[in-house]
Amino acid sequence: MRYSAFSIVKQALSGNRNWAPAWREPQPKAHYDVIIVGGGAHGLATAYYLAKEFSTANIAVLEKSYIGSGNAGRNTTIIRSNYMLPGNSAFYELSLKLWEGLERELNYNAMVSQRGMVYLIHSDSQRDAMARAGNAMLMNGSDAELLDREQVRRLLPYLNYDHARFPILGAFVQRRAGTVRHDAVVWGYARAADSRGVDIIQDCEVTAIRRQDGLVTGVETSKGFIGCNKLALATAGNTSTVGRMAGLDLPIESHVLQAFVSEGLKPLIDHVIIYGTGGHFYISQSDKGGLVFGADLDGYSSYAQRGNLAAVESTMADGVALIPGLSRVRALRAWGGIMDMTMDGSPIIDRTPVDNLYLNGGWCYGGFKATPASGFCFAHLIARNEPHPVARLLRLDRFERGFPLDEGGKGPQPNLQ
Amino acid sequence: MASLIKCPHCGVRPREEFSVRGDASVVRPSPAASDEEWHRYVHIRENPRGPYREHWQHAAGCRRWLVVHRNNVTHEVYDVMDAATVAKEVAQ
Amino acid sequence: MTSFRLSSGGLVSRAKPLAFTFDGRTMRGFEGDTLAAAMLANDQMLVGRSFKYHRPRGIVTAGSSEPNALVTIGSGGRAEPNTRATVAEIYQGMVATSQNRWPSLKFDIGALNSLLSPFLGAGFYYKTFMWPSAFWEKLYEPLIRRAAGLGRASFEADPDRYEKAWAHCDLLIVGAGPAGLMAALTAGRAGLRVILADEDFRLGGSLLSEAVAIGDQPASEFASSVIAELASLPSVTLMPRTTVFGWYDDMVFGAVEGVQKHVSVPSSDRPVERLWRIVAKRAILATGAEERPLVFGGNDRPGVMMAGAVRTYLNRHAVAVGKRVAIFTNGGSGYRAARDLAAQGIEIAAIIDGRAASTNEAPAGVRVMRGGSVVATRGRHRIEALIAERSGYDETIACDALAMSGGWSPVIQLACQRGGKPVWSEDRQAFLAPDVGPQLRMAGAAAGEESIAVCMRHGRDQARAALADLGVSVPLVVIPGVEGETDGSFSPLWYVPGARDKAFVDFQNDVHVKDFGLAQREGFGHIEHTKRYTTAGMATDQGKLGNVNAIGIVAGMGGVSPADLGTTTFRPFYTPVSFGALAGAEVAERAKPVRRSPLHEWAKKNGAVFVESGLWHRSAWFSLPGEKTWRESVDREVLNVRANVGLCDVSTLGKIEVFGKDAAEFLNRIYSNAMLRLPVGKARYGLMLREDGVVFDDGTVSRLGEDHFVVTTTTAYAGEAMSHMEFAAQTFWPELDVRFVSVSDQWAQMSLAGPRARDVMSQLVEDDISNEAFPFLGVREVALKGGVRARLFRISFSGELAYELAVPAGYGEAVADALMEAGSKHGICPYGVEALNVLRIEKGHVTHSELDGRTTADDVGLGRMVSGQKPDFIGKRLSTRFGLTAADRTQLVGLKPVDRAKELKAGAHLLKEGAKPSTVNDQGHITSACHSPVLGHSIALAMLKSGRERFGEKVVVWDGLRGEEFQAEVCSPVFVDPQNRKLHL
Repeated sequence: MRYSAFSIVKQALSGNRNWAPAWREPQPKAHYDVIIVGGGAHGLATAYYLAKEFSTANIAVLEKSYIGSGNAGRNTTIIRSNYMLPGNSAFYELSLKLWEGLERELNYNAMVSQRGMVYLIHSDSQRDAMARAGNAMLMNGSDAELLDREQVRRLLPYLNYDHARFPILGAFVQRRAGTVRHDAVVWGYARAADSRGVDIIQDCEVTAIRRQDGLVTGVETSKGFIGCNKLALATAGNTSTVGRMAGLDLPIESHVLQAFVSEGLKPLIDHVIIYGTGGHFYISQSDKGGLVFGADLDGYSSYAQRGNLAAVESTMADGVALIPGLSRVRALRAWGGIMDMTMDGSPIIDRTPVDNLYLNGGWCYGGFKATPASGFCFAHLIARNEPHPVARLLRLDRFERGFPLDEGGKGPQPNLQ
Repeated sequence: MASLIKCPHCGVRPREEFSVRGDASVVRPSPAASDEEWHRYVHIRENPRGPYREHWQHAAGCRRWLVVHRNNVTHEVYDVMDAATVAKEVAQ
Repeated sequence: MTSFRLSSGGLVSRAKPLAFTFDGRTMRGFEGDTLAAAMLANDQMLVGRSFKYHRPRGIVTAGSSEPNALVTIGSGGRAEPNTRATVAEIYQGMVATSQNRWPSLKFDIGALNSLLSPFLGAGFYYKTFMWPSAFWEKLYEPLIRRAAGLGRASFEADPDRYEKAWAHCDLLIVGAGPAGLMAALTAGRAGLRVILADEDFRLGGSLLSEAVAIGDQPASEFASSVIAELASLPSVTLMPRTTVFGWYDDMVFGAVEGVQKHVSVPSSDRPVERLWRIVAKRAILATGAEERPLVFGGNDRPGVMMAGAVRTYLNRHAVAVGKRVAIFTNGGSGYRAARDLAAQGIEIAAIIDGRAASTNEAPAGVRVMRGGSVVATRGRHRIEALIAERSGYDETIACDALAMSGGWSPVIQLACQRGGKPVWSEDRQAFLAPDVGPQLRMAGAAAGEESIAVCMRHGRDQARAALADLGVSVPLVVIPGVEGETDGSFSPLWYVPGARDKAFVDFQNDVHVKDFGLAQREGFGHIEHTKRYTTAGMATDQGKLGNVNAIGIVAGMGGVSPADLGTTTFRPFYTPVSFGALAGAEVAERAKPVRRSPLHEWAKKNGAVFVESGLWHRSAWFSLPGEKTWRESVDREVLNVRANVGLCDVSTLGKIEVFGKDAAEFLNRIYSNAMLRLPVGKARYGLMLREDGVVFDDGTVSRLGEDHFVVTTTTAYAGEAMSHMEFAAQTFWPELDVRFVSVSDQWAQMSLAGPRARDVMSQLVEDDISNEAFPFLGVREVALKGGVRARLFRISFSGELAYELAVPAGYGEAVADALMEAGSKHGICPYGVEALNVLRIEKGHVTHSELDGRTTADDVGLGRMVSGQKPDFIGKRLSTRFGLTAADRTQLVGLKPVDRAKELKAGAHLLKEGAKPSTVNDQGHITSACHSPVLGHSIALAMLKSGRERFGEKVVVWDGLRGEEFQAEVCSPVFVDPQNRKLHL
């Protein structure tokens, strides 16, 4: 069923009783060509592009809970491509380009809103680093600008200019960055994949990966054994747990990252604002009116999807330090997502030592914004058995071989990424 | 664990006084170890769900590095030991 | 204006009238009123507009779960949008304003949305607004954003203060109702440290709203007497106006106390809110139960409210919510409301009981319609009538308020914030808290108990059980009898069939029953999907009223039990908490501490302009009269250092003293270059790697004695380097005898640099510091004239003859003054970090601009500092990985613009001549740049692919970000004195 203003009117006239399900609820078949583990945005996007771009039929996405129950549904919805290292920059720029056409591609309004990202600059060295990144982005065909203090003040008059602990010297801006309604990305990909014949199987937890002669033959699940020719993992947050089922050794630690939403407010903040020196805080406002914001990892290994109060307090303090007018706004809800933190802060889309097993994970903070490119490149890898050109450096062996993609320069310590 | 940590030297202190480094189960290989061992030590993590040993430092207290033995699903703490004590035990 | 205030009764102070305004209209209430109570007393039932359809909305509850009666209180920097009128305490002069309406509350254009509602069902926005693509940001989204949202936040700075505190107790009791009070009494009388916290400004919970008698007293007086006793117990802390919003690990509870939210003008002596972290050995949640709305057509009409709320307004605030009140119930709560209303002489239009039969008794003369249901309501800004249906027959019943009750849901949020899932009780027809272990127990209505008497006993017993866990046995508190309590049981009724208007489940977000049907049809049947698709439970009340009904309805649609469907996840915050309270005092200039060098005052009086550098304020340059730009000052400082002598504060560098017989061995393993045989009295430049072979930090290592070193780190990495060394000593090599102490703050350190440096320094130092006696890289303890012991290092960052002199911090300013005086005849000038940076760029010395966490020692030309001889040091093994030694890595070079007038800037990238700017063609980037006053043009350090082979080559400096592109010549990174002659003067 195609969605449009016309369909809304037509359905309304018949009492909205004839809307079709957005996706089917199929029983798993005995065997698939490709099984994707993980019904998050990445897994569903992968299934969609496999079916659409790489003519793969007979695909299943297995989700242990409901689709979008992991990080796809607990992020701060920001999209941007301000990455500077070759290996990341082209990949994230492809993602941003795919976001730009996503809604018409999927016939689903995911509210891709290119509101612009303003990354504040508080020191000369930070400006130098931003300039380096910005020029790398421009070289890569992306967009980037530098603003001086007065330009920032005109754009965002409500920031703390006069009583700041760390004065605002300027900002790095990516106009094409913005926000997307996160759940809608999951649903849009699910619906589009389903309409191309992908079986999306919810409440189906993979409990073991069956291998024979060095190859995966299928997966044991809470709904029984399901066979496959190729198995693809897209379970960020739990990549180590699932990977271990196939004997993978991974450069990943799981950490909790909190995010927050405020009570609904009339339009207040029009951009994505990032504050990264002295304190750390990022914020945007959803179309519904809630301020969506977050900051740092809680800092320790955790699979509990909840955070600690100390991190909440420091987030709020950084928020008020940046935007004093937030003081009397109320935070409504806090939640925690489990991040696959890698040893260099960059993701992995690669083959594995098991020939028909493919890995997509290690997304650190970058998973949501990467969704379309992640799905596209992972589908390419699965279908062609070779990496997509923009994802070719997101290799699993880059650590061993000395080619880390360390945007932050923090070294192999996951909680510093 | 995420609110309070019992430092073996300083007693129960708030989490903010501590900094966390990471997995305490990995042991620095000997200089003679293979490249593979060194790579695994620096990069590969078991990342289990459940009981876990992690290096924390009482940075705003006694400055000692600690091994916090805890559960990373429930956040229950089993025990906290001085890291040097643990390292000496491992060495033996 | 009709007054709905009763002439007597209630718990308000009639002697203390208070005036406030709502939308500009002056109203009066009494001390002890909430804003909602006072508005009801003033016949102001219409309070706000709903989120989506802008339907008129009134007051539904008398507590913190209120979805509709949200107002903005205060103005300017004190404006608080979305404040629940049902919990806000009125004060003299309070200014309350309605929200989400235009042009006015009574006439709101947005209400047109209601007419379009068939097109605006759940998720309609996912299905349209896709063409043309640019219209989303330009047209559709701005319209949606303007229509959405609730209150308007002020961007004015908050004039008030906030603070934070810790509290510790044996037993935390959340909720001061019947169960909580008895729990507190039980533990308090036994002398245990008890904290009793309640969100209300008056303790007592439901006892304040009850008309029953306990012992010989009215319920509220009984509560008062218990509270008086608790207040007299030294180990009991009563915390009214304190909302426990979160349960965190290790039995730490987050709570926010309203300290001055209820006063006209907050005193600046105290905070307006205080954030508590309460550490409890045991906790009891006596948080009561939330009454469920009934989901029937027109249930959102102003005047339709919870039966329990009707009783609160009546009994506690002496306000009748109407003159002729109808009641729609499926349990005893409706009858309790009827009894209390009748006792005050309020006319009761009818009791419509959804159950065919019940044992509840109506007051005399009140009509009961059993097996009936309300299918619609009439009225515009207040209900005027309801349409009841029974056995297919309609009846219109006039009323000006409608009390509803759909049963009770225990308030279990806090217990479920740490992963535990609510458990459906078929018996109670409610979700109960899971067993979360003995540390946290539920008591009273929060545990599903029903009557006051049972709740009081349960509170007592749960406290005894909690204390027994702690090994304390306490005497039994005698619970007095309760008189006049009637059966409060109910049968669940998730949805009232036959609705002729929208039947709302989530009032604030305008989610009605049909939305759930649509979500089911479209495949959003998982309760989390239902929530996210319909937005039910995502409003400011977080579904406190509506969620259980939503689950019941969705479960019913799927033909399953609520137990099978489960709930969405409870997360902090129980009720919304202000940023201000969570931020505390760490705002504005106090957001982070400021670190100042011991030479700060010296720098200040010499005209320093300071710059933020991490937490430090460092002197950037020293402006002289007549200098118009910072560049003029910096150029002068640099030239003066090169020609004469300058004094620079370098106290911010990290300084670590290392002791022990294995100190040298330890440093030999920490640094990549050899340290073992560093002679006493010598300094050496040292490089630390990370274990992955990348450079971590650099600094100097000075050997003061066989077993005593002092090492410096960069300012930025002082803390990390210290932790790194401690980690290595304690976990890698605990057998080494080595100890450290950070002395960064203990020493004032100054760099005296320039050809005349010795002339100046020797005037202060007793010792012989001639080049022969104290050559380059010499280190020694010296006596200053006047007796101060100091450390003198002959090291140089500027490339000039230079000394670093370290004196105990307290002597810093005096010694710097003395150096300035001694230097006056040699042309000394102070110089700041800007000049320091120019001096080091001219010399090709690297900082963290080059050592950016990705560069190896070889990349920056320091490959010789990575020892091939030493068996082990941190970073040795992984530094030889293929990728870290590849030939096409970028390497440190110098750059000069071919057109000397051009300005090189850090962050620009490099291209081969003729190459198009692209990622593939990218050859590197500029890491540091400055104007070299010595050379008279711009210079830069850069990382260039295979750069050391390319000296003399011309490259293109590409800075698209700043619109610049010009040629530069690749050269050695050392621009000044490449033979280092000046170091050895």
